Amino acid sequence: MEKELQLTCLHDRHVALGALMSPFGGFDMPIQYAGIAEEHNAVRQHVGVFDVSHMGEVRVTGKDALRFVNHIFTNDVDGAPDGQIYYGMMCREDGGTVDDLLVYKVKDDEYFLVINASNIDKDIDWIRQNAEGFEVEIIDECLVYGEVAIQGPESEKVMEDVLGLDVKDIPFYNFRIIPAEGEDIIVSRTGYTGEDGFEIYGSHDYIRKVWDRLMEAGVQPCGLGCRDTLRFEVGLPLYGDELADDISPIEASLSIFVKLDKPEFIGKEALARQKAEGVTRRIVGLELEGNAIPRHGYHVEVNGEKVGEVTTGYRSISTGKSVAMAMIDKPFDKLGTEVEVRIRKKTFPAKVVKKKFYEKNYKK
Amino acid sequence: MSKIDKTCRYAESHEWVRVDEEVAVIGISDYAQHALGNIVYVDLPEEGDEVEAGEEFGAVESVKAASDLYSPVSGTVIAVNTELEDKPELLNQDAFGTWIIKVAMSDPSEVDKLLDDEAYSKLCEE
Repeated sequence: MEKELQLTCLHDRHVALGALMSPFGGFDMPIQYAGIAEEHNAVRQHVGVFDVSHMGEVRVTGKDALRFVNHIFTNDVDGAPDGQIYYGMMCREDGGTVDDLLVYKVKDDEYFLVINASNIDKDIDWIRQNAEGFEVEIIDECLVYGEVAIQGPESEKVMEDVLGLDVKDIPFYNFRIIPAEGEDIIVSRTGYTGEDGFEIYGSHDYIRKVWDRLMEAGVQPCGLGCRDTLRFEVGLPLYGDELADDISPIEASLSIFVKLDKPEFIGKEALARQKAEGVTRRIVGLELEGNAIPRHGYHVEVNGEKVGEVTTGYRSISTGKSVAMAMIDKPFDKLGTEVEVRIRKKTFPAKVVKKKFYEKNYKK
Repeated sequence: MSKIDKTCRYAESHEWVRVDEEVAVIGISDYAQHALGNIVYVDLPEEGDEVEAGEEFGAVESVKAASDLYSPVSGTVIAVNTELEDKPELLNQDAFGTWIIKVAMSDPSEVDKLLDDEAYSKLCEE
């Protein structure tokens, strides 16, 4: 039987705003309020707020916390200062990706992991299974936290002026634990849009208050529709599109987040072999001629033969170009290679390009 | 709520048809444009293409998704609204005032099988 859809702590707000709602990762989530393009542009040019309470949170504590996190994570948290955040993956022995995630270093024996909603059950099973022999406690905090992401060039101003949070000294990919309204909230300078921005984790009550204040201040509510167009334009992967159990981070062109010089981690041997011997396929960017829109699953062809598939594609809202990320067989992954994308009955010429269609605008 | 044009007949797949003698003028309903959101691309057939009632003849695409267009009647495409190549948003702005294709019908009685405005209105409320 289908699992019943979960509701975030802001669900009633979305319904009251008349959002188009749709299931995502087991949650009933807002896809759009005003329209994807309008919300997308609000984030690129000003500021917008997303309900991302569907994301999962797992706390790892204990004497072996550092060693354990480094065992299941492809990036390297050894020597990290408190308050630093790392992006990376959890991989299987064969190099396939269990999930991509953020690791927040709270202190030497405490880490806060933020995982994808669609993978919560799988990830927590995976983390627990692999904890044997480590002196750690694994705490599922998915139901504890609500989360909002405030994104866009004006996000710092909104954080300070509307929410009264002192965030200007938080560097990119860092977080602070800040006392607010009788609780400790987590505020990080992170996001999934390619713009400057913040993510706030707090109790459901606190997150509802934050949301209501942002609405009163006229901040644009943004749905998962533009979350996808924004992350796509700056080449960020989405688990399920560019990453999956059978796609490794090397194949996803994310090897900079795989630290092969670490003593050990799950999947290291397979990933080191892929890196040394090369992979048979890779995620690249495609730019199409004309206006047709490539979509997930459409075939990429060379001389009528299938050489890959589109993983995400859009008419880029920021540039107006029809572009895609696609998993392409070697040797057709080389920059400048001419391919064709099959869209319904026709094929459209396309060229392999870098998988970044819009420049990131982080505040570093 | 979305508008209904009383001078049109409708397919359950949300295309409208306005009949001018043997020619069917075809577009998408206001309900359809509203459900799709910002339309950013229209995949059009070519003049001379044969279309079959209930068969796909093109697609309209929003930012998020592609949605096939189904011809409500059978016949030959005699005109294509090429203005939509550059201005797909016309379908959002005026769904009933923006035609997509004109079809010379091979069997005009097919129009009688389409929904009238009242039946279509009911379908949209479901």
